[in-house]
Amino acid sequence: MGTINPELLLAAVIVAATPILLAALGELVVERAGVLNLGVEGMMITGAICGFAVAVNSGSPALGFVAAAAGGAVLALLFALLTQVALANQVASGLALTLFGLGLSSLLGQGYQGIKPPPTPRLDLGPLSDIPFLGRVMFSHDLMVYLALGLVAAVWAMLKYTRAGLILRAVGENHDAAHALGYKVVRVRVLAILFGGACAGLGGAYISLVRVPQWTEGMTSGAGWIALALVVFASWKAGRVLLGAWLFGGVTVLQLNLQAAGFAIPVEFLSMSPYLITILVLVIMARDKSCAPASLGRIFHASQ
Amino acid sequence: MTTPLLSIHGLTRAYPGVIANDAVSFDIHEGEAHALLGENGAGKSTLVKMIYGLVKPDSGSMSLLGAPYAPANPSAARAAGVAMVFQHFSLFDALSVAENVALGMEAPPPMRQLAARIREVSQTYGLPLDPARLTGDLSAGERQRVEIIRCLLQDPRLLIMDEPTSVLTPQEVKILFSTLRKLTAEGVAILYISHKLDEIRTLCDAATILRHGRNVGTCVPQETSAREMAEAMVGASFNAPRRAGQAAGAVALEVRDLSLPAPSAFGTALRDVSLTLRQGEILGIGGVAGNGQDEVLAALSGERLTEPDTIRLDGAPIGRLDPNARRALGLLAAPEERLGHAAAPEMSLTENALLSAATRERLTRRGFIRWGAARAFANRVIAEFDVRTPGPETAARALSGGNLQKFVIGREVLQRPRVLVVNQPTWGVDAAAAAAIRQALIDLAAQGAAILCISQDLDELLEIADRFAALNEGRLSEARPTTSLSLDEIGLMMGGAHGMEVAHV
Repeated sequence: MGTINPELLLAAVIVAATPILLAALGELVVERAGVLNLGVEGMMITGAICGFAVAVNSGSPALGFVAAAAGGAVLALLFALLTQVALANQVASGLALTLFGLGLSSLLGQGYQGIKPPPTPRLDLGPLSDIPFLGRVMFSHDLMVYLALGLVAAVWAMLKYTRAGLILRAVGENHDAAHALGYKVVRVRVLAILFGGACAGLGGAYISLVRVPQWTEGMTSGAGWIALALVVFASWKAGRVLLGAWLFGGVTVLQLNLQAAGFAIPVEFLSMSPYLITILVLVIMARDKSCAPASLGRIFHASQ
Repeated sequence: MTTPLLSIHGLTRAYPGVIANDAVSFDIHEGEAHALLGENGAGKSTLVKMIYGLVKPDSGSMSLLGAPYAPANPSAARAAGVAMVFQHFSLFDALSVAENVALGMEAPPPMRQLAARIREVSQTYGLPLDPARLTGDLSAGERQRVEIIRCLLQDPRLLIMDEPTSVLTPQEVKILFSTLRKLTAEGVAILYISHKLDEIRTLCDAATILRHGRNVGTCVPQETSAREMAEAMVGASFNAPRRAGQAAGAVALEVRDLSLPAPSAFGTALRDVSLTLRQGEILGIGGVAGNGQDEVLAALSGERLTEPDTIRLDGAPIGRLDPNARRALGLLAAPEERLGHAAAPEMSLTENALLSAATRERLTRRGFIRWGAARAFANRVIAEFDVRTPGPETAARALSGGNLQKFVIGREVLQRPRVLVVNQPTWGVDAAAAAAIRQALIDLAAQGAAILCISQDLDELLEIADRFAALNEGRLSEARPTTSLSLDEIGLMMGGAHGMEVAHV
């Protein structure tokens, strides 16, 4: 156990949590608008390869992240067209989106295996980074980490305090009523879906550009599904999504460290522990019965 | 004559296959309460949707105080001073009262100021409301107050109300009417849609009658009898249900101290419900929506199981029997929600008939469906209950509310039940169809069946029931003979006015 450095461990937790945090925040907004998009995994992996390819070819990780957001959003647009315009079933469309994204990313990723992407620079926070312990844990990351944390606050405040947030929640709560009051249900939902896609794309690119960093097929390995579960068990609250993401990241990093330290538990148990523990804790937290958006997953059609 | 507040001229709107409104014209003046009458499907809701900017007319014009008025969307209508209280579909359960109000306004003030204004306006009009409460926790009457206050905060010149009293106790209706009278005295015009003709006679100064999308006449409600208005709506005379008094027979259904926890967060727990139902008798159960009506039906139909002894059919305990076992014994039920509970929306009428009548009408043999017999049974329901449909293969969803309701009730009645439990048998059904359904229930009782009729329409219960009991927060009052009851007494049995007070300004 002596080989585990708590400073490095906590810093690694924050990095490990960022991809699912981004993806889950996007999905949270989508679900609050009443749409269930099960294609998070597909949008993440598409974002991962789009970001990776553009960053490698341009040499700029920033451009890579922009491309990842765009890639995720384009895939989400497909979902929006299917479910909001063609009124297709959301569950089936979402599952198809995941399979499509996985296939598309392996196609796009041919020739990118075994390459190293340009490194994403750490943000220079000056004296803050020199604070003992805290500086190493909190203030020595790249821009995306802070962007993700800022997004948590922004999503929370948007939903709670702004008129746009109120309308979004209203659309997710009762789309017939929102329509009767004159709000554009489909437009609100399409925008939310695009936002969700962009966030998932960013999350995916964070895996391929920072966390790993390289490209392998199927490298998101279920992070999108964890993000989906996170949204549900976090009772559709942004703050709890952050907590859940840190918890998942924490157990992931800890079990890797335990594996490396040669801990006497079979590796398979350690590998499954993040999924198990995160879901268990969130299920216990979600017992206060905060309800799902009432129109979640229902198809809206303005009859008459 | 002064310029009318809203003048409608030749409004026409067609949907594929139907002309919802055909050259409808009428005027509403300031301070006038104007009723819009018509059967289901007569085009009332399309008309008010055009006035509120939700639907655009194909042709025709409207003018507001002489100026042309063509709202492109509801916000334009609200900006012009037109507000609407919807029959349903317009509140958000998971949002607070203040948030609900804010969603119906163009440029709401910050939440804290808005909350203060809600308190102020609600006090002025005698409709107390706490802006911070979750709308999902409110009673039906309080929910309606949210809608009304949402409208009042925008100083409307025209207030459209679609079936506002269908969920209120008589006392709440009284308070609503005094609020509305106060508004008309201030010069606000009210366009009032209701099936309850007596209410229209009390409240409204003028009425326009629609039939098949056309304006077929106007009347002054105070000078016209409810019957004349109903006949003008239908375009023909019809018989009001009549019943011959008769002695009740042996006890058919007995419920003793039935208590059940609430099925969900927004459901109601039943508390010590007891009742006795005799053969040949109709027992009416009244009460404001959400006080345990659905739960009583579920317990009696067998959707929820209870202690065996709490429910007895002809003396035998049936509390643990499932719906099909109860059907076999002669206890049938028709729930309130037509689409999704009483009928499967996407299935044909034949299939829907089969789902409920398979046991009693022997529509299956050794696990195989006898399609011929099922179709014949569906056809019998269609013929005897005058269900207007192309045929028994039509999907339930395609029928209008009134026709599907006739089918649902007819399907149970034709199975010759010993005990029939119905919930809201004529909800949202026009006058002629309602009369037919009520007559069918009365005739069934005359043949010796025992009927439990749960309804929020008190006039209906007083018309057909022998005895009346009220549900209030899951408790059932003592049943009393309807002949000796006054409306005030009924209101008290239903739990009074739920904390409302009369407008005091």
